[in-house]
Amino acid sequence: MSQVFYSKDHEWVVLGDDGLAKVGITDHAQNALGDIVFVELPEPGRNVATGEACAVVESVKAASDVYAPLSGTVAEVNQGIVDEPALVNGAAEGDGWFFKLRLADAAEVNGMMDRAAYDEFLSTLA
Amino acid sequence: MVEFAGYEMPLQYQGIIAEHQACRTAAALFDVSHMGQVEIADAAAFEHLVPGDIQGLKPGRQRYTLLLNEAGGIIDDLMVANIGPHLQAVLNAGRKDVDVAHMRAQGLAVVTHFDRALLAVQGPKAVEVVPEGAKLKFMDAAALDVAGIPCIVTRSGYTGEDGFEIGCAGAAGEALAEALLARGAVPAGLGARDSLRLEAGLCLYGNDIGENTSPVAAQLGFALSKKRLAADDFVGAAAVNAVLAAGPARMLVGIRLDGRAPARAHAEIRLRDGLVGEVTSGCFAPSLNAPIALGYVRADLAKPGTALDLIVRDKPLPGEVAALPFVPHHYVR
Repeated sequence: MSQVFYSKDHEWVVLGDDGLAKVGITDHAQNALGDIVFVELPEPGRNVATGEACAVVESVKAASDVYAPLSGTVAEVNQGIVDEPALVNGAAEGDGWFFKLRLADAAEVNGMMDRAAYDEFLSTLA
Repeated sequence: MVEFAGYEMPLQYQGIIAEHQACRTAAALFDVSHMGQVEIADAAAFEHLVPGDIQGLKPGRQRYTLLLNEAGGIIDDLMVANIGPHLQAVLNAGRKDVDVAHMRAQGLAVVTHFDRALLAVQGPKAVEVVPEGAKLKFMDAAALDVAGIPCIVTRSGYTGEDGFEIGCAGAAGEALAEALLARGAVPAGLGARDSLRLEAGLCLYGNDIGENTSPVAAQLGFALSKKRLAADDFVGAAAVNAVLAAGPARMLVGIRLDGRAPARAHAEIRLRDGLVGEVTSGCFAPSLNAPIALGYVRADLAKPGTALDLIVRDKPLPGEVAALPFVPHHYVR
């Protein structure tokens, strides 16, 4: 099982065997957003910087940005959540992933949180 | 929880879509106690402030009306019921203090009951939840006991569905809510209230109408009594008559968008490259599984079927003017 890294913007990252970093939003984030009805993903090939808004999720009521947790190039996007946005609610930390990045600097993940640190971060938000 | 008009309000309980569907298919319970309930004794004096026929409002009947300013703009939209011997009005939460100040400045005596609770039961099964109100028809009003609690009940709402709005003493509100939940109503928050009213094509004060909006442009002509306009005897009458004579420059319309991305309030409305209007409310409509919006467009573009672009994140989303309501009303008349 690959290690999962978390950002303060409630994104998760898994480094895959394909050398790409798979990115999604956390279960906490999907729960806070509510029923997701539309997802807009970045174009493959786009270069993104850490913290850059690069995807949009729309709930019934409001739009929210999703940020790149790491810098790199968008290598692949998950058409499944475009076709069925509710997948983000149902499987935020699994099949509801957003995109894969070819990282500019793989060491950058060291600046992210592990699960325990993210859980502790969440406990400070209440 | 979200802040709304100075109140901490639930945006959702189990989720906006589930609550929305509960209202369309069964019965939803909304706590709208933030709205301002007031009592007015002098119907003739109140009538001077609104464009509707109030003295002709029969006991046990309710009407939608508008407080207008001298320029014919909308100070608030409200429901007024004749519950004899006095009138009861329900004011928007964010406007109730402004409304009362305006009414008093105009010499109208108003008794505020802002501490009263107001619960709305809405949906095709509302009458199963509130059997006490079964004899009422749409826009009827009566003093009734509900679950043994003295209430003022109207058969009306803000969702397009059949339903009741039930006012009671603030201290009894929790017991009334518990009783209505025990009878099967599903709690629903502000999120579903907004998507339901938008599908029903009902204006939200502060978004779709305001002090600079003419009721003519807002397609609220049904609230303008021909007799009162002819008599020219209410605050704002001259301005409203002038807009009617000249025709409004812009009109409120419903817009259905292609695709799934919603356009939100303040999105630009364009025709080819020209700016022709602005979205005032927008959401993803759960009943239609498609995005919808309300907005003002140049009056010559208000015809259903007119193709328009809504600008979202700098990209034009194609849509077209749609007849309102988006979802048919199901009132019990």
